[in-house]
Amino acid sequence: MRTDVHWRTPSARLLVLRRLEVAVLTVVAAIAAGVLGWLYLSPWLGAGAALLAVILGLAAERVVRRRFASWGYAEREDDLLVRRGVLFSRLSVVPYGRMQFVDVTAGPLERSFRLATVKMHTAAAASDARIPGLEREEAARLRDRLAELGEAQAAGI
Amino acid sequence: MSEPGVWRRLYPLSPIVRGGRGTIGIVILLLPALLRGGISAGDLVPLGVIALITLLGFVSWFVTRWTIDGDDLRIETGVLRRRSLRFPLSQVQAIDILRPGLGRLLGAAELRLRMGGSSGGAARLSYVAAGEVEQLRDQLLALAHGAPPDQATPVAVAADEHVLTTVPTGRLIASILISDVGFYAEAVLAALVVTALLAPAVASAVISGGGLVWLLGVITVTWRRFNLEYRLTVADAPDGLRLSGGLVALTSETIRPGRVQAVRMVEPLLWRPFGWCRLQVDLAGGRQPAEGEGTAQRRQLRVVLPVGRRPLVEQVLDRIVPDRPQRQSPPPRRVRLKSPLRYRNLAWGGTDTCIVTTGGRLRRTTCWVPLEKVQSLRRVQGPVQRRLNLATVHVDTAGRAVRAALRDRDTAEADQALTSFAELARAARRTRG
Repeated sequence: MRTDVHWRTPSARLLVLRRLEVAVLTVVAAIAAGVLGWLYLSPWLGAGAALLAVILGLAAERVVRRRFASWGYAEREDDLLVRRGVLFSRLSVVPYGRMQFVDVTAGPLERSFRLATVKMHTAAAASDARIPGLEREEAARLRDRLAELGEAQAAGI
Repeated sequence: MSEPGVWRRLYPLSPIVRGGRGTIGIVILLLPALLRGGISAGDLVPLGVIALITLLGFVSWFVTRWTIDGDDLRIETGVLRRRSLRFPLSQVQAIDILRPGLGRLLGAAELRLRMGGSSGGAARLSYVAAGEVEQLRDQLLALAHGAPPDQATPVAVAADEHVLTTVPTGRLIASILISDVGFYAEAVLAALVVTALLAPAVASAVISGGGLVWLLGVITVTWRRFNLEYRLTVADAPDGLRLSGGLVALTSETIRPGRVQAVRMVEPLLWRPFGWCRLQVDLAGGRQPAEGEGTAQRRQLRVVLPVGRRPLVEQVLDRIVPDRPQRQSPPPRRVRLKSPLRYRNLAWGGTDTCIVTTGGRLRRTTCWVPLEKVQSLRRVQGPVQRRLNLATVHVDTAGRAVRAALRDRDTAEADQALTSFAELARAARRTRG
């Protein structure tokens, strides 16, 4: 649809982070399944269980990759567009004038990858404008820009 | 009538009215002990609590005073942390009178001045003598409308009211009995009666084992609704819609059209044979209550018409959303596959300033959203919708309960609506917001 807008995406480091999470979980699950299967059932079943865990991990990696690719945001003249979701695809339109405040958060993992999440809050609880995995500089730029635009276009409730 | 510049105290029985609920609760707790004949040492604790609360209440009453000073209402209160509040009467948007049940017994009423401005707070005078509360309100309103302070005679503001309806009590009771709340209460009661008849031992076990709390909860919810909506009178006043009514606690409040974020009309399945519907509005309210503002202020969903027929609804709607769309278009036929129950109810319509959407499975719900109140827009497409080339556009507002959505529209239509709503909302914000 909107061909005229310039979509930006979260940092590629977010994909690395998400893949790493999946990889660690997969390795742990594979080892646990393999060892338990070997001890209590038979070595072959243990190997099978480990293989299954690896296959599930690969499937999860695919989901993570597609989900990463679905994220996008665009700053238009009067509103911010945020799109996300693979199974349920969502597109939010949040006017700058409706913004009440901007949140920039970074969990420990995100911090170690120098990433941050920017969230825009409006008076409506249902509003959904969260952009994860922005590089720190981009997050700061976006926060300042949103605050500036929000102030310029602020409208009463 | 209050002399300008003279400091006055609140109604002397205010602390009792304010502490009333807690006191009654504690008295009920003490009742078994009294019936047993004699109060033990353990029961002295609640008594002490009552005494302390009452004492604190009287201290608070003693240090609180208020006056009309020029164009301001001033309230001073507090013992350790002295607070002086000043409310400019020119910013008053509405003055509500609240009479809680105990207050009516003791001749007390609360005046609540709803202020405009960004804070949207309220000044509360709780409580003043019931005999002079209306006079006082009229005087304050006259001052708010710019009368000189020394000759602010109470003008008959109420005379401009044009009463639209008073909800008949029989209809209210009937409507609650066949509403969801009513059904729930009836089911619980019926289950209890049946078990009591068939197996008294089980029933008493249920009651003593927490069932009583449940029963009380259900009854309370039903009762609260009846109490609030009893003989609710809807009147058309110059400054908005005026609602007054109540059984035990009387309230009178004015709803300005500008405060309305969204309007919702609910038609439960069983109400439809009678042509009844229920009209509610979502009002703006700050997340945090400002100083001197109570918790009641935060409740945002207000019933404007507990039960009424369509012509009446239209009359009330004329007052709150005058330029609403009159026609709605149904969704594509293939939606029947995805939402068989909803299909008959789904529709939407729009003008340049207002959107109306209808939805709901058994309970048909119609929402009106003025475009200048739109907070954000969302387009959502699920897996089934993708297969059928459908999408939903949600219209988010600041209210609490109204959820307007253009559900299951053709993708092209949804995209087009998303674009046009964003533009129309921007235009509406500029001109009216």
